[in-house]
Amino acid sequence: MDGSIAGQTAWVEVCRLEEIPRQGSRVVATAARGEVALFRALDDAVFALEDRCPHKGGPLSQGIVHGHAVTCPLHNWVIDLASGEAVAPDKGCAPRIPVRVEAGRVLLALGGRG
Amino acid sequence: MNMIAAPRQRLVVVGNGMAGMRVVQNLLRLAPHRYDITVFGAEPHPNYDRIALSSVLAGEKTLEEIVINSRDWYAENGIRLIAGDPVVAIDRMARTVTSASGVVAAYDRLLIAAGSKPLAPPIPGLGLPGTCAFRDIADVETMIAAARDEGRRAVVIGGGLLGLEAAWGLRRRGMSVALVHLMPTLMERQLDATAGTLLQRDLDRRGIAFFTNGQTEEITGTDRATGVRLADGREVPADLVVVAIGIRPNIDLARQAGLEVNRGIVVDDGLRTEDPNIFAVGECVEHRGQVFGLVAPIWEQAKICAAQLAGDETAIYVTPPLSTRLKITGVDVFSAGALAAADPADEEITFQDVARGVYRKLVLRGGKVAGVVMYGDVTDGPWYFQLLREGTEVGPMRDTLILGRAVATAAQGAPAHDPAAAVAALPDTAEICGCNGVCKGSITAAIAELKLTTLDAVRAHTKASASCGSCTGQVEALLAAALGEGYAKPEGERPMCKCTSHGHDHVRREILARGLKTIPEVMLRLGWTRPEGCASCRPALNYYLLCAWPGEYEDDARSRFVNERMHANIQKDGTYSVVPRMWGGLTNPRELRAIADVVEKYNIPEVKVTGGQRIDLFGVKREQLPHVWRDLNAAGMVSGHAYAKGLRTVKTCVGSTWCRFGTQDSTGMGVALERMAWGSWHPHKVKLAVSGCPRNCAEATIKDFGVVAVESGWELHVGGNGGIHVRATDLLCRVATEAEVLEHCGAFLQLYREEARYLERTAPWVERVGIDYVRRRVVEDVEGRRALHERFLHAQRFAQQDPWAERAAGADAGAFSTLVPAE
Ligand code: SRM
Ligand SMILES: Cc1cc2nc3c(=O)[nH]c(=O)nc-3n(C[C@H](O)[C@H](O)[C@H](O)COP(=O)(O)OP(=O)(O)OC[C@H]3O[C@@H](n4cnc5c(N)ncnc54)[C@H](O)[C@@H]3O)c2cc1C
Ligand code: SF4
Ligand code: FES
Repeated sequence: MDGSIAGQTAWVEVCRLEEIPRQGSRVVATAARGEVALFRALDDAVFALEDRCPHKGGPLSQGIVHGHAVTCPLHNWVIDLASGEAVAPDKGCAPRIPVRVEAGRVLLALGGRG
Repeated sequence: MNMIAAPRQRLVVVGNGMAGMRVVQNLLRLAPHRYDITVFGAEPHPNYDRIALSSVLAGEKTLEEIVINSRDWYAENGIRLIAGDPVVAIDRMARTVTSASGVVAAYDRLLIAAGSKPLAPPIPGLGLPGTCAFRDIADVETMIAAARDEGRRAVVIGGGLLGLEAAWGLRRRGMSVALVHLMPTLMERQLDATAGTLLQRDLDRRGIAFFTNGQTEEITGTDRATGVRLADGREVPADLVVVAIGIRPNIDLARQAGLEVNRGIVVDDGLRTEDPNIFAVGECVEHRGQVFGLVAPIWEQAKICAAQLAGDETAIYVTPPLSTRLKITGVDVFSAGALAAADPADEEITFQDVARGVYRKLVLRGGKVAGVVMYGDVTDGPWYFQLLREGTEVGPMRDTLILGRAVATAAQGAPAHDPAAAVAALPDTAEICGCNGVCKGSITAAIAELKLTTLDAVRAHTKASASCGSCTGQVEALLAAALGEGYAKPEGERPMCKCTSHGHDHVRREILARGLKTIPEVMLRLGWTRPEGCASCRPALNYYLLCAWPGEYEDDARSRFVNERMHANIQKDGTYSVVPRMWGGLTNPRELRAIADVVEKYNIPEVKVTGGQRIDLFGVKREQLPHVWRDLNAAGMVSGHAYAKGLRTVKTCVGSTWCRFGTQDSTGMGVALERMAWGSWHPHKVKLAVSGCPRNCAEATIKDFGVVAVESGWELHVGGNGGIHVRATDLLCRVATEAEVLEHCGAFLQLYREEARYLERTAPWVERVGIDYVRRRVVEDVEGRRALHERFLHAQRFAQQDPWAERAAGADAGAFSTLVPAE
């Protein structure tokens, strides 16, 4: 899915990989998607979600990252980073933003898809 | 059957120590009615665990906890105990012994178990006040007394097991410690040069200064020791000199009685001296040219000697192979057998992981393990030792042997490493407890026959894991295997979270016992099922490591809840609240002005006075935090840690400064407490309060540590809570001076830090362990209290840094800034 969209979307460089701490995050302010949380897992996998918890809008970027998941700092929902889905029994989804790392540069696909 | 019992014989035991009393215990089991028993002891104490003196010195155990046989035990078993009265003569013709005070006891059988004496080198100054050995309770008391005064320096002479444990214990008590050792490397009789060097490096990092190749020439001083002078001219100043260079068997009495003595009292395979009515066991004997200094062979002697005394003349003593461990928390050393290849046919295999500080060497001889030296990770020590003792052919696993049991046996098709399975796979003859020589079969038999269900019961009945405790995990695994679901780990030990089957207490113990230093290391070594853990176990582990290794462990911000990472409280809208510290609730125009300026400058939407006597600024944006802090810092204000599982507020009332009822300066006391305790991390939040009189306007009796002033001094209260479940405090004790308040408070907080489970506030903790326990540790055990307080202050040296100042200066900037792409 992301692939087909990528064809039409401009990839924007937001930072270098090492600017995101492992098991941590950075916040990106975007015009198109509002605040975006950029996560880097221990294995260097990078994910991007809108920085609003599907529960009550908590800033996911401020949660504890474990594996490919983050625990929301407000009421401890666990959100799967790859899908943006809340882990059962909770239900909800934080919209994803396509992201890729190229030669150490982190690129987001902003705009295009709504 | 003849119902008239045979007349009892008289057994006299000289030496109320570990060997002698072990013979008596065994004998009571084998032949309870055979003897009337009289025991003489030179020390004025009942029999205690000499091994555990190291733990007492290090402040980990109390003297009461190391008693093996209480005075009641002697009475219950009909044993006459004459303690504090050494035997001075044996009359073999008359078959009597005479004590120093003139007690004469007749015997049919005599057992000499007089132990050994510390070696005293022929150097001037030995025996001056301020010098001692490391052998008995009196020595430990001397050392503890010396450590009491601040800034005292100790020199330990001797870099063997005893000397190192003495040095470590004194260091733990806050002394500055130097260790003088004759040889180039430490523990050279048990460790090879590599392991000895690693050990020295680790202890050096823990603050012990080493003088190797150091020949002590003189203990300087005229009225009392002032230091030592070495042969090469080096001088080491000291207020306490501990001499621990070795021991020699205590043979004086036997020699005087005309028994054959050499290095020790000569005994045959039945532990009999040349006089058939006189037996001897323990460190005072020499058997086939060998003398002893560890308990494992002594327990074997005690078994054989008891059998002999019970009438089994076929019982034969054979010295078992020996292994050594060092009882310094967090330093793992194991060795057994040969230290190095002795001839060209021997093989040495070594393994070293510099990053983890792990070193291992195996000596192979004729396809079997002849020696093992381990440093850093000793988990597999007992397994190698088992291979050594049983002479197992290790040829088939030779290539992977050095990598440890899991790899070596997996390579042979055995199941992968699982501690429970590993213990289950051991044969019944495998030794589990090295200190007390208890094998697996005895433990499983005791569990089955006596229907034991707890670790403590197993310790009580088998002695397994009762001394140094390093086999606790294996004993628990045996209990779990025997009882299945029926085994509840020591009360309430539920798993920490879904990532592990271990409970909090177990994990804390293992962190210390195995010297685990990082979160990944804990997870790896304790078999976490989710490799990165979760938001519940990571903060707990981060705290446990921080508490265990102050100054050494590097805090993992990624394992902290957002508030503790951002040093502010997150609010429902994602903004933060900022609470500067107001010492004891006091403030002044400069601080108030700075707060007002900050509020206006950054458009902070709301200002509120908190329930904890300070001011909270609400609605601060993430990017503003470092700026707000910089401005507050400039007015002398630091973080109030209103977000921390740590010390929050110290609430005070006005007290005697203004109040017409005040009896003491409660505000000043509160400020002093806050100055001591600010910045400290805890299992949960901690709040203090000080009231100036029993009207208690600061609500001290619902605080974690509350102080209420009375005419004669201060009442100290603990374990209160005003939150969800209101709990009034328990009275801890009353003290007279401000210094005592500080010491009790520091000790109480440290005990809580070291022993409570993460997210357990003091109220439920005190209820779980009992206020009596807390009183024992913090009030009655004076030395223990000082040591706890000392450890608290030590940890504070690293904790008292204002996190706001560091971040205002630029630390962790990425956490506060927002990236803006060029869209
Ligand atoms: C600000 C303050 C309310 C106020 O405006 O007065 C406050 C605010 C919060 N309290 Fe409190 N408590 C505040 C004093 C208290 C007090 C009164 C006291 O300290 O004397 C208590 C009862 C006393 C006690 O702790 O025993 C109190 C009992 C709690 C509890 C229940 C704790 C318990 O053990 O039952 C919680 C929940 C928790 O910690 O899990 C809590 C949690 C909270 C949290 C942290 C809720 C949260 O997780 O967001 C609130 C965060 C506020 C913030 O963002 O700044 N707060 N809270 C007070 C800050 C005091 C300070 O200067 O640091
Ligand atoms: C600090 C320390 C740590 C140790 N750590 C370990 C360890 O980790 N592992 C290990 O295996 N071993 C360790 N040991 C060694 C172990 O404690 C001894 O091997 C063991 O105590 C020897 O037992 P024993 O009965 O022969 O001697 P002791 O336990 O010394 O008992 C002898 C008793 O006889 C008394 N006595 C002497 N003369 C007379 C007399 N004339 N009349 C009456 N009573 C007399 C003495 O006062 C003493 O109480 C340690 C020893 C010390 C001091
Ligand atoms: S009582 Fe404490 S936790 Fe509850 S709303 Fe008020 S401040 Fe928040
Ligand atoms: S807002 Fe994320 S869990 Fe409630």
